[in-house]
Amino acid sequence: MKGNILTIMKKELKRLLGDKRILINAVLLPGILIYVMYSFMGYALAGMFAPDAAPLQIAAVHMPTSVSQMFEAAALPYIDIDATDVAEIADIKSLIAAKEFELLIVFPADFDTMVDAFDIKSQTTTAPNIAVFYNSTDSDSERVYAQVAAMLDSYEATLANKFDVNGGDEVYNLASEKDRSGQVFSSLMPLLLTILLFSGCMAIAPESIAGEKERGTLSTLLVTPLRRSELALGKIFAITIVGTLSAISSTIGTILSLPQLTGGASDGLPLFYTMGDYLLLGIVVLSTVLLFVSLMSILSAFAESIKEAQTYMTPLMIVVMLAGVTGMFGGAAEQPLVYLIPVYNSVQCMNAVFSFEVVQLHVAITVVSNLVYCGALAFILTKMFNSERVMFSR
Amino acid sequence: MKELLRVQNLCKTFTLSAKQQRLEKTNEKRKVAVDNLSFSAYDGEIFGLLGPNGAGKTTTLRILSTLIKPDSGDAFLDGKSVVREAEQVRTKIGFLTSELKLEDYFTPNYLFDFFSDLYHVDEQVRAQRKHSLFTRFGISRFAEVKIADLSTGMRQKVSLAIALVHDPEVIIFDEPTNGLDVITAKTVTDFLLELKQEGKTVIISTHIFSLVEKTCDRVAIIIDGKLVTCDALDKVKNGLSLEDRFFAIYEEVAGGVE
Repeated sequence: MKGNILTIMKKELKRLLGDKRILINAVLLPGILIYVMYSFMGYALAGMFAPDAAPLQIAAVHMPTSVSQMFEAAALPYIDIDATDVAEIADIKSLIAAKEFELLIVFPADFDTMVDAFDIKSQTTTAPNIAVFYNSTDSDSERVYAQVAAMLDSYEATLANKFDVNGGDEVYNLASEKDRSGQVFSSLMPLLLTILLFSGCMAIAPESIAGEKERGTLSTLLVTPLRRSELALGKIFAITIVGTLSAISSTIGTILSLPQLTGGASDGLPLFYTMGDYLLLGIVVLSTVLLFVSLMSILSAFAESIKEAQTYMTPLMIVVMLAGVTGMFGGAAEQPLVYLIPVYNSVQCMNAVFSFEVVQLHVAITVVSNLVYCGALAFILTKMFNSERVMFSR
Repeated sequence: MKELLRVQNLCKTFTLSAKQQRLEKTNEKRKVAVDNLSFSAYDGEIFGLLGPNGAGKTTTLRILSTLIKPDSGDAFLDGKSVVREAEQVRTKIGFLTSELKLEDYFTPNYLFDFFSDLYHVDEQVRAQRKHSLFTRFGISRFAEVKIADLSTGMRQKVSLAIALVHDPEVIIFDEPTNGLDVITAKTVTDFLLELKQEGKTVIISTHIFSLVEKTCDRVAIIIDGKLVTCDALDKVKNGLSLEDRFFAIYEEVAGGVE
């Protein structure tokens, strides 16, 4: 039996890895594309928030001394405009609308006096109003507006300041650098990894089973003394190997691109993980790939063509993505029974590994249950290979 | 002569899909493909299943090759049931049909070795057999060319060689010369006779009268899934050409040619 499984595996690997198109599409491209895509996203996001090379243009009317000091501290230069120069104020508004000027801020005359006179409890006078003109479709204008609004809000809060929260110089957040970095990885990686593992397997599983069925080459194998179980296991193992290679490629691409994607928040993070963490992650990933491949093999055997198989896999992908999203919120689940739920268990284990909270019992339950599910699915696949209704439905 | 194949009351019915019903222009949801078929084939003979398209020839051969199971009845190959001992039957037969394809990506050389592995053929025996079959069919000159780049005739030769990797006792050919050019068709026909000389039992299905007359020792005529006659070729012909005799039988059974 072992010999025949190996023979089928060797043939499948020669077919999948020997074909340059499959090798490039299923193994090399995912890693490269992910690296390029995430890096590009990271740079694009960084560019969105980075200050423009051109100096910002801000104009102020009746700028009070109290606020001007805050502008200086925030390195926001501005030009004073005379309140009586109505034409210039109108010009500046037009320039803001044309995205050629960033901000116009108009204070009431004697702003500081009015603020001092205003009693928030009795409200006998009207609260002084500051008008801030900006253009929400101009990223620089929008950004400066947000900065100025926050600055003014903060100033407003200090006027009635009764107490401070964490106002001293101490470090109040007691989370370690390792924990904070782990939080970044554990919120992103389980979802990304799950999707990458699934898409890596999806690129090859339909080709190996539905493709052979469609081309009529599977029947050629079915008239040999090869047992259906040997055929099923040989295919599952071979696809798992290629799926794992695809996953490794995708993971390398993801890890390399994470510093760009997270704007440096995850710099140096992999150093925190030990070989034991990587080993546990590897075991979880491998059992997850096996599960995905087994599920996809069943769907592929049902389908009459590669296209049909891929159609069947779309709902499965949605389920996998939903399970992946659960890894983005909070820590890993604590009840051991939860780790019997396929896919969700893998996501929770990955979350635990990345957040340094892994419980080996949970990993053991996940891996063993995944292997049991794979065994059951391989049994079903064997039955399907034996079913003429499934194999020769045309 | 030793009875090598015994087919006993074989029945097979297929459920027709809506698409198949439209194609067959019928409202019937089930189609009887093989109806209580019984015949025997003997050691060292070429046995022909003759009948029009849709008569049930291919279904019978698919049951004999263990690809599908009968609804009832059984067939025994050298005493082994195709239903209950399918794996053992598979080691004894070589099956060739246009339905079974070879993977385009691989070369004849690789595929011969791959199928030899599946049949657990000893390496030395494999090398000798490969040399012999590749030389016999002229495969050596394209042994390292991918199947995708071969002509239909070349592919058929490779399929023939691969069907014989394990030196089977019984060789089952479904329409062995269909779609082949005259040269390749003659190569296949000559090879069938060679196999007979080597003492192999060959079962072929065809609707080509000349092929049956040239190669078969005994013949069974199947019409609408039922066995109409089964006997030595000369007895079936009954003094007529096979073609004339077939149409006489067909007229009698099915009411003539439309």
